Amino acid sequence: MYNFDIEKPTTVADAVQALGADEAQPLSGGQTLIPTLKARLAAPSKLVSLAGIDEMKGICMDDEGRLCIGGATTHATVMREAEAHYPALASLAARIGDPAVRNRGTIGGSLANNDPSACYPAGALASGATIVTNTREIAADDYFQGMFTTALEEGELVTEVKFPVPQAAHYEKMIQPASRFPLVAAFVAKFSDGVRVAITGASNDGVFRWTQAEEALSNTFSAEALEGMQADGDMIADLHGSAEYRAHLTGVMTRRAVAAIA
Amino acid sequence: MTQVSMTVNGKAASGEVEGRTLLVQFLREDMGLTGTHVGCDTSQCGACVVHVNGEAVKACTMFAIEADGAEVATIEGQANADGSLNVIQQAFQDHHGLQCGFCTPGMVMSAAALLKDNPKPTEAEVRHYLDGNICRCTGYHNIVKAIMAASGQDVAALAAE
Repeated sequence: MYNFDIEKPTTVADAVQALGADEAQPLSGGQTLIPTLKARLAAPSKLVSLAGIDEMKGICMDDEGRLCIGGATTHATVMREAEAHYPALASLAARIGDPAVRNRGTIGGSLANNDPSACYPAGALASGATIVTNTREIAADDYFQGMFTTALEEGELVTEVKFPVPQAAHYEKMIQPASRFPLVAAFVAKFSDGVRVAITGASNDGVFRWTQAEEALSNTFSAEALEGMQADGDMIADLHGSAEYRAHLTGVMTRRAVAAIA
Repeated sequence: MTQVSMTVNGKAASGEVEGRTLLVQFLREDMGLTGTHVGCDTSQCGACVVHVNGEAVKACTMFAIEADGAEVATIEGQANADGSLNVIQQAFQDHHGLQCGFCTPGMVMSAAALLKDNPKPTEAEVRHYLDGNICRCTGYHNIVKAIMAASGQDVAALAAE
């Protein structure tokens, strides 16, 4: 690992100012960033730790009935505190990595990184969440822009995420046991005005909405409505699974998620 | 270099660290507490699990500066005040919960974190909780058995010796 300085601001404003320095980078839970630094895949001059910013932590319900989660909230906190409000999202958080990783990793870090196999992007996209930053609000449909790519500008921080709570939802994940990331996972969210389905782990374009399944499920909400269907697209192929296998799993995971709800 | 101060196993600890100094390096190299092991160095194996402010973390994937002001607990602080093994450590000995012993500090620290939140876990819950702790001797059955025994449950019916 190359060396760098670490700053520990206590407000969003101070963090944004610190990130104005040349080659500065935010550090949230570090569960992806620290291994990346060890591999010398990044060489920031300064890391700005977000862990001491209390205004970016915690969970609440807003006046519109949305579940609001601070960007620096850990997966373990979401697992415990979101259970009463949005059980499917709490269940997603409870299955990220392992217990020690969940005590450090944060929702803002996961969404800012947008790993093509991460869990939170699927939860945020399927829920139609709003990503709140220090400068603006971004709809999840506009936020995810491909593998490791988001609408975030340089130095922009995910301060909060607002989740509309569906009538019912389920996250179904085929785990890749070595990394504990999903090989392919589906998040199905059933709202009064329709169904949203997001798939992670499958596509070279990162998390995506499977609109064909959404239409079928909005018509008839049953696993049978998806019989024989699988998502199209430029699927990931690697030593853990071929593109064909991943495409197949999009159908299997989504049907299982629907069956768990219906 | 930055000055950091924390409490390690109940005692004040401080030192000068670089930004990139990992918590596990600070514990092992500066504090001389080599019970916390580095296995994979990529947060997969769990040999470096310690508690920071009561929560299990992988000390290889946290910077020492991030633990400034924190309460840190390592395997060295787990024994009883009179030096005898605590209930989890004793159960690992009684049930042959270690072979080469390399993963054991992390296993014991993870077990302690689990039993704090869930004093009577099921076997399935123990196995799920140990997702992030790898034993390369593959001695999982007896590790699980030891943790179940440490929680005061009858382990006579559990698989494997």
